[in-house]
Amino acid sequence: MKFKMLLALILLCFVSAVSGFGQSAEEIMALPDSMAMAPPAPPSNVRGVDTDNDHGHSITLTWETSPDDGAGLNNVIGYKVFRAESPDGPFIERALIPSGGTGHIDVGAKEKDANDYLPDHVGFYYKVRAITADSLIYAESEVFGPVQSYGQWFNTGRVPVLVFVIFFLFVTLFFIQKAKGGANLFVRRLAGIEAVDEAIGRATEMGKPILYVLGLGTAADIATIASYTILGRVAKKVAEYQTGLIVPCYDPIVMTVAQETVKASYMDAGRPDAYYEDMVYFVTQSQFAYVAAVNGTMLRERPATNIYMGKFYAESLILAETGALAGSIQISGTDEIAQIPFFVVACDYTLIGEELYAASAYLGREPLLLGSLKAQDYAKAAAIIIAIIGFITMNFGIEAFKHLFYVSN
Amino acid sequence: MRRQVPLIITFFIGALLVISVFIPPMVSLKETFTLYFDIIAVFAFFLGGGNLLRVHLGKLYGKKQDWGFSLVTVAGFAMMLIVGLFKIGNPGGIAASITAEGSLFQKLFEYIMVPLGSTMYALLAFFVASASYRAFRAKNREATILLIGAFIILLGRTPFGMMLTSWIPEQLSILQIPNLAIWIMNGPNLAGQRAIMIGIGLGVVSMSIRILLGIERSYLGEDK
Repeated sequence: MKFKMLLALILLCFVSAVSGFGQSAEEIMALPDSMAMAPPAPPSNVRGVDTDNDHGHSITLTWETSPDDGAGLNNVIGYKVFRAESPDGPFIERALIPSGGTGHIDVGAKEKDANDYLPDHVGFYYKVRAITADSLIYAESEVFGPVQSYGQWFNTGRVPVLVFVIFFLFVTLFFIQKAKGGANLFVRRLAGIEAVDEAIGRATEMGKPILYVLGLGTAADIATIASYTILGRVAKKVAEYQTGLIVPCYDPIVMTVAQETVKASYMDAGRPDAYYEDMVYFVTQSQFAYVAAVNGTMLRERPATNIYMGKFYAESLILAETGALAGSIQISGTDEIAQIPFFVVACDYTLIGEELYAASAYLGREPLLLGSLKAQDYAKAAAIIIAIIGFITMNFGIEAFKHLFYVSN
Repeated sequence: MRRQVPLIITFFIGALLVISVFIPPMVSLKETFTLYFDIIAVFAFFLGGGNLLRVHLGKLYGKKQDWGFSLVTVAGFAMMLIVGLFKIGNPGGIAASITAEGSLFQKLFEYIMVPLGSTMYALLAFFVASASYRAFRAKNREATILLIGAFIILLGRTPFGMMLTSWIPEQLSILQIPNLAIWIMNGPNLAGQRAIMIGIGLGVVSMSIRILLGIERSYLGEDK
C-alpha cells in the first residue's frame, strides 16, 4: 500500500513537471487574465528641479504616488527612477524608492571620469515606474524633462548661521575693545579651576605627583586645545612648587604639543632644568589599552591629584572611579554631554561643557580673553530671550518666528 | 616670526574653512584638509612609536621601578610590528593585506587585543554600580531629588514599574511610573542637556574666534 502511494506521488510530480516543459518563463508567468495581477496606475506629476544650495551635479525629483499605492489595488511595492539624455532613452535606472515615496535627489559624481558623472548644464529626462511584486507588471509615468543641474555660489539655507557668526564676532570684538580700554569685566567663579591651586599644594605637601589626562581627542579638537591652556597653567604651578607631573597621551600629535606646552611653562617658571621629556609620553591609540595603562599608573604612583580635561568617551568612569579608589583629588572637564554625569559623580570638581573653554580665559585674566568670555555670556542671554519668544509664539500658533531660524543643509 | 607664521596660517586656513561652509563649491575643502591632517598623522605614528620605545627602553636599561611592565610593552610592540611588517604567518604572503583572514597579525589582534579591550570595557559595569551608590545617597535636597528621579526612571524601564501602577485610570496615566520616566527623560533631563549643548556650542564658537584671531595661543606651546 505504501509502495503504491509513493509511486502515485512520484507520478504526480512527474506529470506536473512535464506539463510546464517546453514553455518559456514568460509563458509560465503569463497566467490567464482571471489570475494575473492587474497593472497599477502610474505615478503622476513627475517634476524635477536643480537641487538648491549645492555645488551642482544634483537634481531633485518629486512625484505623486500611484493611486494603487496603499489604496486601490494596493499592489505597488516601490518606485524606480530612470534617467536619460533624450526623451526616447535609453533610460538608466538611478534609484529604487519604497512605496509611499514621493521624491528622490539624484546626486551624481562631479568628476568627468567617474561612472556616476552627472554634468551640469546638460538637459536630462526622467520617468518614474511604479513596480509590483511581479517584475513584469508595472506602470510608468510620463517622461519629464529636460531638467539641468547647476551649482550655486551661496548657500542661502545657512543665512541664520552666518547672521549669528557675524553678530557673535562683533559682540566679541566690542567686548575685547572694552576690556582693552580698562573696563572691569566680571567673570563668575569657577570652583573647578580654583581648586587646581589647592590640589597642586596638596600634591606638594604629600610629595606625590599630579596626573594630567588630555583625553582621547586629537589636536584638532577644541576641547583638547582648551586642555592645553589648563595644562600650561598646571605645569607652571607644578614647576614653581617642584612637584612631579605625569602626562600620558593617547595621540602622538597631542603628545608633541603637550611637551611643548609643559616645556614653555617650566621655562616661564624659571625652572627649565626641572623639565624632562618623559613626563609627557605616548601610551597607545587603543582606547581601553590606554585606560589600562593610565589606571596602572594611578595605582602604582598614587598621584595626589588627577586632572582630566578634554574629550572623553566610555573610559571616563573607569578612569575617574580608579582615581577615586586610589584616593586622589580629582578635577575634570569635558564637552561630551554623555560623560559629564560620570565625572560629576566620581570627581571632586567638574567643569561642565562650556566651563572647559572658559577656563583658559578665567586663568589668564587677560582683557582679550575675558572680552570673548563676556561676549559668550551675552550670546547666551540672547539665546534665552529667543527661546522664550519662540515658546510664546509657538503657543499662539505663530510659525513665522520659528522659520527665521530654519537652517538647511 | 616663529610665532607669527603659524598664527597667519591658522587665521588664513581657519577663515577659509569658515567661509567654505557658506559657499557650496568650497564645501569639499573640509574633506581635503582632513585628508592633509591624516597624512600628517601617519608621520605622527613614527613619533609615537619612537617615544614609546625611548621611554620604556630607558626604564628597562636603567632597571627602574616597575620595569617588568615596560618589558611587556616593548615585547608586545615589537611582536605586532614585526608580524605586521613582514606579514609573518600571512597565507597570502608579503603582498597580502595585513588583516587578511587567517594571518597571524589578525589572530593576535582578535584573540589577544580584542578580549583584553572587552575586559576593560566590562569593568564599566562594576564602576557604574559603585558610582551610582555614591551618587544616589540622599545627603542633601538636590541628591534626594536625584535619587527619586533615578528610582522612577529605573523602575519605569522594567515591567515591575508598569505592574505597580497599571491600576491608575487612563485619565491620570501620566502618573504611571513608565510614563513618569518618559516625562523625566523628555522634559527636565532633555531641557538640561540642551542648555549644556547651547553653552558648549557658544563656547566652541568663542574659542574658535580666539584661535583665529590669535588670542588663544596655547596650542603653539606658548604660555599666554
